[in-house]
Amino acid sequence: MKQHLITKLLAGMAGLGIALSTATATASPEADRQEFTKYYTGKYPNVKVEDFVYGALAFDADSKSQYDAIMEFPPYESVVEQGRKMWETPLKSGKKYSDCLPNGGKQIAGNYPMFDEAKDKVVTLLDAINDCRIANGEEAYKVNDMKTMGTLTAYMRTLSDGMLMNVKVEGPKAMAAYESGKKAFFSRKGQLNFACATCHVQNAGVRLRSELLSPAVGHAVHWPVFRGGDNLVTLQQRYDGCYKQVRAVPPAQGSTAMNNLEYFHSSLSNGLPMKASVFRK
Amino acid sequence: MNALRRNVLKGATGAGTVAIAVAAGLLKPTQALADWNAAAFGAKNVGDAMKGLGVAAPADSKDIAIKAPDIAENGAVVPVEVTSNIAGTTRIDLIAEKNGTPLVGSYTLSGGAQGFVSTRIKMGQTSLVRAVVTAGGKTYTAAKEVKVTIGGCGG
Amino acid sequence: MAEPMRIRATMAGDVADVKVLMNHPMETGQRKDAKTGQLVPAHFIQEVTATLNGATVLSADLGSGISKNPYLGFKVKGAKAGDKIAVNWKDNTGDKSTAEAAIG
Repeated sequence: MKQHLITKLLAGMAGLGIALSTATATASPEADRQEFTKYYTGKYPNVKVEDFVYGALAFDADSKSQYDAIMEFPPYESVVEQGRKMWETPLKSGKKYSDCLPNGGKQIAGNYPMFDEAKDKVVTLLDAINDCRIANGEEAYKVNDMKTMGTLTAYMRTLSDGMLMNVKVEGPKAMAAYESGKKAFFSRKGQLNFACATCHVQNAGVRLRSELLSPAVGHAVHWPVFRGGDNLVTLQQRYDGCYKQVRAVPPAQGSTAMNNLEYFHSSLSNGLPMKASVFRK
Repeated sequence: MNALRRNVLKGATGAGTVAIAVAAGLLKPTQALADWNAAAFGAKNVGDAMKGLGVAAPADSKDIAIKAPDIAENGAVVPVEVTSNIAGTTRIDLIAEKNGTPLVGSYTLSGGAQGFVSTRIKMGQTSLVRAVVTAGGKTYTAAKEVKVTIGGCGG
Repeated sequence: MAEPMRIRATMAGDVADVKVLMNHPMETGQRKDAKTGQLVPAHFIQEVTATLNGATVLSADLGSGISKNPYLGFKVKGAKAGDKIAVNWKDNTGDKSTAEAAIG
């Protein structure tokens, strides 16, 4: 009988030098996503799949109620407003971001990351924004700079609110990048020797210290976040935080390693609606 | 009289009309500062805060509803809502008992304003969040405990 | 100078539900600047007044224990759609801000 994929992967994590490629060979990323979803809904039948977008909040009414109260009139609205001004300011060439991004930048965030065959690598939305900047006479923003890229995307990503995550993995090169991201997700790392999966698969819905851990399905749709209503954090900035929290050296934001991780991680949330610039603790 | 003139001139160089008015004896200093209750807001314990507010022995009341979390997600931004169902509510005072300066806000209501206030407060540690309601010249109170933790890795 | 505050006012029956978001750092004076190690001076809104068609309905004193970018919600009975809500605040440095909205 075919061993449950997740169990196999978690078992595979325990040892060293595991040939993860064999362990992870699956029919498709969509099959992975379904496997993950089945695992979570099996473990927590009372949590609706659409509520996974709220992460740990879906498991705690008291937390969710605070989220709702803050989201009614978010304290960080003026930062999103600054992002809007940045978005609408013409670049050096005279063109605007909306001129060089697909569909004027509206309802596109769910298509990223995507595999760019011409560049032979995964490209994130932030990369696309930087390509636009460079093509129009501007310097690229540092993707880990919350004052520039963070603030711009705090507004820009809201233009994709409601869009369903729609990450495509097609062709062998894209598949290889996806598998590389999946491997990173399941590999133990750092002094604490945790993998992403340790918290967000094995312990999803459970408390570790005082923190309720969120499932990986539903993660990638709700970025950036404003922690405490004030501290702007993009998705890769959060990956950076996670690496540091398990006392591992994080890959650079915007690197192939981080982009591949985001590629895999985002596809797990395919079919779920995006909502940018939300409150988190 | 010279001193008064000097004060007015001094005031005119930039301290604003309030200072000039105070110096001219048109406004008592206490009146000029009356709008913000420094004594109550600077008080370091609940008792002194209440004294500063002029509140003595408010009666416990079940007609004051405090909506606040059981466990604050983030102590920097704790949503708190106070609903007073006591007729003739004219003021709601909000206190976070264990904050360094417990008095957080004092809301005076008039016109058709209802006994209701919703805001977000900072809490340094687990404590009672207390509302004091003034209605019909009497004071009433209710409180709810809000736990504040320091997360292991949420941030 | 702060960004303008935002007011949302809607009718629920004969009660106006007013929500205000003010922009202000609300520094307590206890926080140390991460870079300099120096205490950031107290800087917070102390007084807020709200009027309905010019008549005061709310007069609030705030302390630094109110969260950054203060949110304030209140309700006024007897208001109607189209009535004007104005909100003014003043902080401990004398800085002021004012905004108005019609009840929707």
